[in-house]
Amino acid sequence: MEINPAFFYIFAGLAIAFSLLVVIKKSAIASAFNLVCVFFSFAGIYAMMDAHLIAAIQIIVYAGAVMVLFLFVIMLLNADNAAFDMHPIGRGKRLVSASFVVVMAGMFIWVFKNTTYLGPISNFSNANVEAAGGNTQVLSELMFSEYILPFELTSVLLLAAIIGTIAIAKRKKPAALLNGGSAAKGGNAQ
Amino acid sequence: MNYVQPWVILAFSAIIFFIGFAGILVRRNILVVLMCIELMLNAANLTFVTFSKQLHHMGGQMSVFFIITVAAAESAIGLGLVVAMFRTLRSVDTDDIQLLRE
Amino acid sequence: MLALIALFPLIGFAINGSWYAFFQAPQGRTKSGATIPGIIATTAIGLSFLVSLLLFFELKGLPADNRVLEQVVFNWMNIGGFSLDVAFRLDPLSSLFTLFVTGVATLIHLYSIGYMSHDATPGKFFSYLNLFSFAMLMLILGANLPIMFLGWEGVGLCSYLLIGYWYADMEKASAGKKAFIVNRVGDFGFLLAMFMIFEKFGTLDMSQLRVGVFALAEHGHQLAAADLGIITAICILLFVGAMGKSAQIPLYVWLPDAMAGPTPVSALIHAATMVTSGIYMVARLNFMYNLSPTALEVVAIIGGATAFFAATIAIAQKDIKKVLAYSTVSQLGYMFLGCGVGAYAAGVSHVITHAFFKALLFLGAGSVIHGMHEEQDITKMGGLRSKMPKTFLTFAAGWLAICGIPPFSGFFSKDEILWQAYASPHGSKILWALGAMTAVMTAFYMTRLFYLTFLGTPRFKEANGDDHGKSHGHDVHSENKHAGIAVHESPMVMVLPLQILGVLSIIGGFIAIPHMSWIEHWLDTVIPAHDPASLIAAPSMEWVLMSVSVVGAALGIFVGFKLYADLKKAEELKLRFAGLNKLLENKWYIDELYEATIVRPIHALSVGLWKGFDIAVIDRTVLGFGRVSQWSGQALRVIQTGSLQHYALVLLMGLIASVGYLLYGLA
Repeated sequence: MEINPAFFYIFAGLAIAFSLLVVIKKSAIASAFNLVCVFFSFAGIYAMMDAHLIAAIQIIVYAGAVMVLFLFVIMLLNADNAAFDMHPIGRGKRLVSASFVVVMAGMFIWVFKNTTYLGPISNFSNANVEAAGGNTQVLSELMFSEYILPFELTSVLLLAAIIGTIAIAKRKKPAALLNGGSAAKGGNAQ
Repeated sequence: MNYVQPWVILAFSAIIFFIGFAGILVRRNILVVLMCIELMLNAANLTFVTFSKQLHHMGGQMSVFFIITVAAAESAIGLGLVVAMFRTLRSVDTDDIQLLRE
Repeated sequence: MLALIALFPLIGFAINGSWYAFFQAPQGRTKSGATIPGIIATTAIGLSFLVSLLLFFELKGLPADNRVLEQVVFNWMNIGGFSLDVAFRLDPLSSLFTLFVTGVATLIHLYSIGYMSHDATPGKFFSYLNLFSFAMLMLILGANLPIMFLGWEGVGLCSYLLIGYWYADMEKASAGKKAFIVNRVGDFGFLLAMFMIFEKFGTLDMSQLRVGVFALAEHGHQLAAADLGIITAICILLFVGAMGKSAQIPLYVWLPDAMAGPTPVSALIHAATMVTSGIYMVARLNFMYNLSPTALEVVAIIGGATAFFAATIAIAQKDIKKVLAYSTVSQLGYMFLGCGVGAYAAGVSHVITHAFFKALLFLGAGSVIHGMHEEQDITKMGGLRSKMPKTFLTFAAGWLAICGIPPFSGFFSKDEILWQAYASPHGSKILWALGAMTAVMTAFYMTRLFYLTFLGTPRFKEANGDDHGKSHGHDVHSENKHAGIAVHESPMVMVLPLQILGVLSIIGGFIAIPHMSWIEHWLDTVIPAHDPASLIAAPSMEWVLMSVSVVGAALGIFVGFKLYADLKKAEELKLRFAGLNKLLENKWYIDELYEATIVRPIHALSVGLWKGFDIAVIDRTVLGFGRVSQWSGQALRVIQTGSLQHYALVLLMGLIASVGYLLYGLA
């Protein structure tokens, strides 16, 4: 893979640093912003790997929509640490979790290091993709030809998600108002 | 120059994944836990893209496309649940969500 | 036809029992008369008697060497070569037994109609009586040892049911239990003997057994030492069973206590029928006993000792039924003495005569008790001769019979036994002496009983004369001491059996006159008559001994009359021998001895096992299982925290474990 190591290590380092901050920082808002930075780092790495559409979507959807939603909810619930005065979990538990996680990560890395990787199984090499019009063009064409089914299903899934979220998060009307006549109409509207 | 080996990228992805997992185990704020879940999904995405590039197959990137979509929908629903739960519980502390106890 | 003898009482039991169980018992003891159940029961056993009579004559018509009637009812089991039939066999011995058993039983059933007329549950009583008769007839007619054993156990069971009939009284219920338990001890010996018989001879059928035993004896006239040992052991074990059933030392202790039951029960079971089953068994298996001189000795010695021992106790008893009970034990000793010296026919004839006069005496005692409104202490009776004349006469007949006064029935059979004890090759002078002394004591204590009950002046307060015999004021019990006891003669239904038995006691002995004994001749095929030449004493001695026993009996009667005519002298005598009197009155403290040496240790053992093993070990283990589950549940509860993060951590740990294991394999 023709990736410049320097850029990769920079982006990788940033991503690791910011993700550690996500986990470590007490404030929820701080965690959210650090996560946004992680997403940006990831987008950089995607771009380096010639996955341009993915990089763009990462920024637009993840950093732009999902994190905004997170911030909305944090502020809605006032879930920032200071307001709630939460004690973090005990030191011992943190140490135990961290050590287990480190062990597991070590095992994964060892596996990744010691596998033999396959060579190319299709012909979407960098040169061919560029020749065919670039990453976005190729992906878009594939989307509406070969992967049309998952695409449509995903849209159904999103519909379901929308309806579900509205149903879950909707504020229920108090029972008295249901029978009451003109009184308190539209009081606690949904 | 010697390029980056695929396993390095995968190792990095594993590191991010497990940092996210550690966050789930450690943090007490539900919203931060949800954020760590997003972190883990991102690490998986990176793995897909890596293999897509290595195998010269677009399936990996297509998968990432759908994963991002689904993750977005899932986080929306998750936040909706948190909001609904907050109304009753008045707290976003995971220690207060113990109805499954015993 | 043969099975009908046993079947009729069984049907009577079924009728009375089902009526009682379905109609009377569920309605909580509604009063019912004794007449109908009584008639059903008496008819049933009476029909048995008629069939026995018919079959007796049929048997008489058969040639002498083939006097046997058999009937196989059905094949009970057939396991690996061992085949057991429910089969009945009638031969001279068993026909004799069925005759007198069913005859006496019919009379006692009739008597019970009167005696139990005020009982709350006569249906139950008569069904038990019929069940007992059925079991006894099975015992007698059984063609093989298991059927006999079934009847053996059955009479034991019915004995328990009937002795403890008034079970609400703890004492009476305990008496029933005692009878059953002591009987069981004897039955254990019987069972062991059956096992040994089967092991040695391969068959339990009595005629096949006889063939087998004779085959054994043919190898020379002496048995091989090992065979002799086995035969002796079998005979002694069988006699242990007889000890239990026929109340010999050391298993006699239940019979005096058994007087807690109603008097007809005492008459039927403990005088005429059940207790004679031991002698029946010995007489039946005489071919085995004849081969083992040791066993015969054991039988004779225990019989003689029991006769003497029981007579000593009877002298000092105050309860009318207890005197008769110990008298029964003593007379049973006589019967075994007779069998033990080889004179089985004499033993059997004494069984028959004893059945007549002892049943008579018991029924007479019942009549007295009934008339005296449940009073049983003879020191509180007296002068009943004029009040209960019919009872007095019949009781006198029984009294003379048991004392051995010629020509009453008891004289012939008792005398034959005493002569055989003296003269038989198995007998000895000591045994004769025991028997003779016992005869004197028997005469004495029976006279004492007779005198204190019927003669002399009344020692109880009598009620005013109006109540005599007219209105049977049976509600007036002797509780009301000031009002006195309204003594009356018993109703005809009770007196008639007494009269019949009285006649039989007088003339019954004529079938057993020595040297012309019809019984001996009749039993020839089953019990080989002894060879007169084998007697070891001169025949003239027989007349000497006979006169000695008559004189001894007369002496006993005379002493008894003299002593109790003047009660003050009797009291003086009692005080002079106060220690001896106390010993005899308390039955030589044998019951207390058994209690201390056998009952208490067993009880302590069972309590110890209960506390030390059942509760401490078994209960702890079983309950422990429950506690362990509970504890482990409590312990494992801790895992369910409800916190997803904890669950995620455990997930991770499991993942590390499994992946690590796989990777370890690869590395």
